Amino acid sequence: MSDPRSNAAPSTSGHGDGPRKMVIGLSTAEDFDARRQSAVLGNEPQDDDDDEMPTEPMQLNMGPSHPSTHGTVRIVLTVEGETVTDADVQIGYLHRAFEKESEHATYTQVFPYTDRLNYVSPMLNNVGYALAVEKLLGIVDDVPERAQYIRVIVGELARIADHLTASAAGAMELGAMTIYFYAIKAREWIWEILEEISGARMTHSYVRVGGVAYDLHPDIPSKVRALMPKIQTALHDVKEMLFENRIFRDRMDGVGIFTQEQALSYGWTGVSLRSTGLPYDVRKDHPYLVYDRFDFSVPVGTTGDCFDRFILRIEEITQSMRILNQAFDQMPEGPVVVDDPRIILPPKQAVYNTIESMIAHFKIIVDGVKVPPGEVYSYTEAGNGELGFYIVSDGTGRPYRLRCRPPCFMITSALREMIVGGTIADIVPTFDMMNMIGGECDR
Amino acid sequence: MSQRLLDRAHALFGARIVSSHAFHGDETIVVEANDIHDVIATLRSDAEAKLDFLVDLTAVDHYGREPRFEVVYHLRSMASGERLRVKAEVADTDDGSEPSIATICDLWKSADWMEREVFDMFGIKFTGHPDLRRILMYEEFIGYPLRKDYPKEKRQPLVRRDPNT
Repeated sequence: MSDPRSNAAPSTSGHGDGPRKMVIGLSTAEDFDARRQSAVLGNEPQDDDDDEMPTEPMQLNMGPSHPSTHGTVRIVLTVEGETVTDADVQIGYLHRAFEKESEHATYTQVFPYTDRLNYVSPMLNNVGYALAVEKLLGIVDDVPERAQYIRVIVGELARIADHLTASAAGAMELGAMTIYFYAIKAREWIWEILEEISGARMTHSYVRVGGVAYDLHPDIPSKVRALMPKIQTALHDVKEMLFENRIFRDRMDGVGIFTQEQALSYGWTGVSLRSTGLPYDVRKDHPYLVYDRFDFSVPVGTTGDCFDRFILRIEEITQSMRILNQAFDQMPEGPVVVDDPRIILPPKQAVYNTIESMIAHFKIIVDGVKVPPGEVYSYTEAGNGELGFYIVSDGTGRPYRLRCRPPCFMITSALREMIVGGTIADIVPTFDMMNMIGGECDR
Repeated sequence: MSQRLLDRAHALFGARIVSSHAFHGDETIVVEANDIHDVIATLRSDAEAKLDFLVDLTAVDHYGREPRFEVVYHLRSMASGERLRVKAEVADTDDGSEPSIATICDLWKSADWMEREVFDMFGIKFTGHPDLRRILMYEEFIGYPLRKDYPKEKRQPLVRRDPNT
């Protein structure tokens, strides 16, 4: 499984076989040729390979329980030696019938299911789903500003956690275990904050139709601000250890190159699409919530290889922290749920003391929030790209049809094209940098 | 989404559009199932519409209504950012065979897996699809789980077939 190139070049200072420019920061266009060339050179047969006997094609199962497939995907490979000649990517091992279950749940009861879509950034799914229902209700603009800011804040925290996980797991599967500990430690700090906000470490279910479940504790802004330098330090450590690491760069540079046309044809969005140079980010192109009030940039890659996708995630964490800082500065005081008794549960005090409130409470819990008939498609930028919810309502309290557009489903569908013709070792970084999340891909 | 695209679609297809509506800013056109490939290919190549990105492809089962199924396409123009929803009505068959509609795999590669999912979940056949088989469920699964007449509580034991037969 190990890449012969990584054994040949144990040096971390970049002086293996000849001078090779190491790039820190976003890669430049001139770098593209050099990297692609080095990738081609790296694939050239070694001298001792010339004497190799011709081999029969062999069927090889990678997954569903291979360490680098995160336990949820099976790749049936046809290999000739180390070269992949064909591959069949089989998903569905984590299928939990999200869409079918949602048809039988009230609109509020769907929130816990959305937590389990992309389980490393549940807040983003919560927000995306809530916006879709609100669009159907026609109350997107009525949601109080404070609630919108809170949604941005928890969403960006989740995005940082998502990118940290993706980069950390990617590095770990290439052998950089230390990186995993650095990044996962940082993710744990974020999850502690999210736990403090919502009461649950991973499956938050914090967002509600019409707002959020409860207000932020006054301490949260200062805690998050205190956390940011620590995350910066963790990022700095990750960069220092990896960006000039010969082994890491050899396995990432020029591997899994995808062009913009290919990416668009496969329906890529998010970091993966941006790595090919197209700056499509839903937060910029179709601003939702209050994203149009923040100053942040959308980093793009130049070569569309695995290293670009890695570096973009690291850069986006910095951008998310910029958004967080501005959001805390701008966040107004006020209510955190929309003022509409048809959507929001009455206060507990009133439920226990007045019959009207008790009936209202009962109706919302049992029948669900009544959503007018119609259909909407609402989309947000999640960790992996455009997360869309297409809801068809028949006027009852339960969705008639709820479709989730999972960004990594489309990205994973390109895996076959990316790995065929490459070596087995290249599958690992290619698959990692797609950040396929089983819960979201298989639903 | 965009009113401009809706007008453009009306200009392009005229009477071939069965119906159209705009709801909460989502413009939608409904066309006949037989027309779908042509309509989507035209929208994709038309210089004014330029809907060159397939965002999503899914289906809805309107059980008890004729025609029973709707296949829903969400398109986006990468140049202008405008969106349009195209729906095709697919009637159920009387003889128990699967209803069918033309594939758009030749236009976008992402349609490959999305059409497989719709086939898997709704049993709608995409004619011309290169590799139409189940994607989320296992091969031996019987029925189509997202159809409204498939009970949510139904359980199926996974029976492996003998690989030699």
